[in-house]
Amino acid sequence: MADVVALSGTATDYAVKKDTWGNVRRYLRRNPSLLVGMFLLFCLLAFWLVGSAVYDTSRAAALSVPDTVHPPSAEYPLGTDRIGRDIMAVMIQGTMLTLRIGLIAGILGVSVGTIVAFLGGYYRGWFDTLLKGIVDVGLTIPGMLILIIIAVNIKDQGLTVDQMGLVVAIYSWLWPARTIRSQVLTMRERTWVEVARLSGVSGPEIIFKEILPNLMPYMLASLVGSVSSAILASIGLETLGLGPMAAPTLGMTIYWVIFYSAMLRGYYWWWMPPIAIIVVLFVGLFMVSMGLDELANPRLRRGV
Amino acid sequence: MTALLEARHVTKIFGGGFFTKSYTTALENFSMTIENDPPSVTAVVGESGSGKTTLARLLLGLVEPTRGQVLYKGEDLRKIGGRERRVFRRDVQVIFQDPFEVYNPFYKVDHVLTTPIEKFGLAKSRQERDSLVVQVLEAVGLRPEETLGRHPHQLSGGQRQRIMVARALLLRPRVILADEPVSMIDASLRATILGSLLKLNQEFGISILYITHDLTTAYQVSENIVVLYRGNVCETGDVELVVKKPLHPYTRLLVGSVPLPDVNRRWAAEAPASSIGQKADPNKGCRFANRCPNAMEKCIRETPPLYRVDEKRAASCYLYDDKPQLRSEDMMEVFIKGTPRLKTVVGVQ
Amino acid sequence: MKPDVLDVKDLKVYYHTPRGAVKAVDGVSFQLFAEERLGLVGESGSGKTTIAMALLRMIKAPGKIEGGEIWLEGADQVLARHGGKNGNGQYAKGGKVNLQTLTDEQMVSLRLSAIALIAQGSMNSLNPVMRIRDQIADGYQDHGYKLTKQELKERTADLLNRVGLRPSVADMYPHELSGGMKQRVCIAIAISLSPKVILADEPTSALDVVVQRQVMETLRRVQEELGASVLLVGHDMGLMAQAVDRLGVMYAGKMAEVSPVHDIFTKPLHPYAQLLIASLPSLDVKGEFKGIPGLPPSLLEDIPGCPFAPRCPYKMERCEVEKPILKEVAPNRHVACFLVEGAK
Repeated sequence: MADVVALSGTATDYAVKKDTWGNVRRYLRRNPSLLVGMFLLFCLLAFWLVGSAVYDTSRAAALSVPDTVHPPSAEYPLGTDRIGRDIMAVMIQGTMLTLRIGLIAGILGVSVGTIVAFLGGYYRGWFDTLLKGIVDVGLTIPGMLILIIIAVNIKDQGLTVDQMGLVVAIYSWLWPARTIRSQVLTMRERTWVEVARLSGVSGPEIIFKEILPNLMPYMLASLVGSVSSAILASIGLETLGLGPMAAPTLGMTIYWVIFYSAMLRGYYWWWMPPIAIIVVLFVGLFMVSMGLDELANPRLRRGV
Repeated sequence: MTALLEARHVTKIFGGGFFTKSYTTALENFSMTIENDPPSVTAVVGESGSGKTTLARLLLGLVEPTRGQVLYKGEDLRKIGGRERRVFRRDVQVIFQDPFEVYNPFYKVDHVLTTPIEKFGLAKSRQERDSLVVQVLEAVGLRPEETLGRHPHQLSGGQRQRIMVARALLLRPRVILADEPVSMIDASLRATILGSLLKLNQEFGISILYITHDLTTAYQVSENIVVLYRGNVCETGDVELVVKKPLHPYTRLLVGSVPLPDVNRRWAAEAPASSIGQKADPNKGCRFANRCPNAMEKCIRETPPLYRVDEKRAASCYLYDDKPQLRSEDMMEVFIKGTPRLKTVVGVQ
Repeated sequence: MKPDVLDVKDLKVYYHTPRGAVKAVDGVSFQLFAEERLGLVGESGSGKTTIAMALLRMIKAPGKIEGGEIWLEGADQVLARHGGKNGNGQYAKGGKVNLQTLTDEQMVSLRLSAIALIAQGSMNSLNPVMRIRDQIADGYQDHGYKLTKQELKERTADLLNRVGLRPSVADMYPHELSGGMKQRVCIAIAISLSPKVILADEPTSALDVVVQRQVMETLRRVQEELGASVLLVGHDMGLMAQAVDRLGVMYAGKMAEVSPVHDIFTKPLHPYAQLLIASLPSLDVKGEFKGIPGLPPSLLEDIPGCPFAPRCPYKMERCEVEKPILKEVAPNRHVACFLVEGAK
């Protein structure tokens, strides 16, 4: 009576054999955005890791080198700046610090955003209405404005890099909350959620076990987006002089560049490196987020 | 004896809120019981807009009736909570139409079987659980080694749907609502799924409510049939009578429109709607009046009640107003009960 | 015997996936005669929709037409009339053109005018923000017809009338129409340029049986009035019995049998056709549930022999190693099966 079930299916079936690495490699080949983006970010990471191992990064602190505003030389490969910092050391440290601010704000933002998105999107009710209101209004107010006001009031107490991350996080949870909420709204109507409910699965379990795993690509894409905008916001604030003044972050470097008119005075070794690194960082983040977009939305996938 | 699952004068209206004037009556004054003793197979047939899907959702407690009640063991579903509700969730299972949408793409197909086992405490150990899974898969004619451990897209629609039937079996429900279980499956695979469903009815004593637009499979599978049109019951009773000698003009139209795989019986010309019927208001009177070739003045004014046309059949049509009337809650009287099926083999070459 | 308007020879369409080529259509040949209705039936994965798309050259990457010829009658007249260059391909006697030899532009000019499509779920391919009359006018415009407003109005009214719709429908938007009405609008658009060949790809799959009947009757009527031929692609055998003159049964990318519809339902020759018809539930007798055990083969691998062999109750040794070819085993009955060949 049992069926002779052959292993097959329709034309677009996948082979049953699991070949994860092959799958990953094949996918990366078809998704150049992701590959290039990841490569760029990897380069920056390597720059920091190798750099801090090989180079003396203590010279990133102000007044640590005697010769100020020295063009690149054998001893200082990227020269020095006006406040007595070895620019190479600053770049190495700065890359990490700026990334760190971005990661703190980004991760915090996505975590908080996800939690409220699920609570609102799945359970609806007054919380959802409140959430929607806050997010919609919050997103229309220019974020920089909010952050500037907050930063101005805090800066006198001496801002550290980590506190900077927290400040930026105040704004960075809004966008993830909105996108993830709309995903949750859709997902909760799917038939398999209904099947789970009919199988006796409770609300929180549905959120964690049924819906969340399917939203990982979105959350990842959200994270990358969050990190990008957090870095941008932090650089913006720092450039205005509202950041952690003593820290050798990329944004603060630009602040000093402006403060000391380095561009007008032709100190190219001072203003070019931070800008170059910021460009690589953003291009990398952008390409990764484009690539993740394609992963998260199968309809955008090119090919099968 | 209280019925297991009962719809009592249920009406469901969508829309018609504060700001909108337009509303849709999905189901009107519908009453029906589903018993388990003896187990029955009843078909609810209708096209889109007939209310059949709404009926399924009402019986599952996924939506609440606008008027009337849905009762489980005599208690209103809306008032049942906690432990009693869990029992309800075990007793009344559903098989959905889309064999793909029911699977969470993140998990392997096993997930859909292990979850209810876990949640309802059907097994005390991992081993027990696994053997239970194997048991139900084999009961529906699937080979565990060829279905377990796979992702939904690696299996055919027929296999996926059969796993859902197996899942329904796991919980030993008393009623299964099958909502278009085979309409998205290839023709050659439908037979096995329908066979599995019937097997659940015969071997495990589970009552089946088979909801579909496909008259042919409804005829093959069920004993009794309810034909819905725009929220009202047109004709109901013994499926042999209703399908072979339809009385209600809509049933006649439906039966006549089924494309039979028989070149000698091609579609006949459709009888045009009567001129009286054209004046009908879509929300008043007999819902079929505006398409009915036999429409009369009476039909436009008032919705016809159910008339008991035969011992085992009723139709709501004024053409038969000389027959005794039947209240909606007594509709079940025309149902045949517990007829043994003549052939039960799920035939395979 | 009427002449053929469409002659498909050894059509091959493969989808190139990272795991290899999926042979969706693997050497299929058939003819569509003038004024006839030919059905193409098969289950999912049989290749029937791919054929319809290939005829219109609407196969998207990673799919590709790998080989074969598609001869369309009357294509050269259409090409000439619409100001394009004459088909520069090979000509058979009778003025047929091999579509494979045409440029993409030439294909564009042929679509709708020489060969029209009523797509699956075409109700959803009506532009939701355009009125019906504008959508009908679109077809005329794109094919270089210069019509005055009055002429357009008359033609639209005529088209709508032919499909059984009131002229007032022209001013409506798609969402104001029911599913059946929208499908009939699609039929009206498909016949607006009087094509000789109409492809209907599961035109009624989303419709109820009652509406389905109306739509199919409409299609039949307009086809007869136009003197056109219809290729009806679908999976519903019952519908085929009602709606076509000849039927082609596809399995795993190959044609199993092509016979007149009366013959195939009373005495199917190919085992797959036999099992398929036997598995159809009837409305007369409650009976056993007979399915066809097994599953269709994966089209990724090269199948030695007959693709149906693993599931065939009459399988012979020969069937597993040799591929059967479609042959005419009786007048107008073509089957690809060693069993039937032998019996002749």
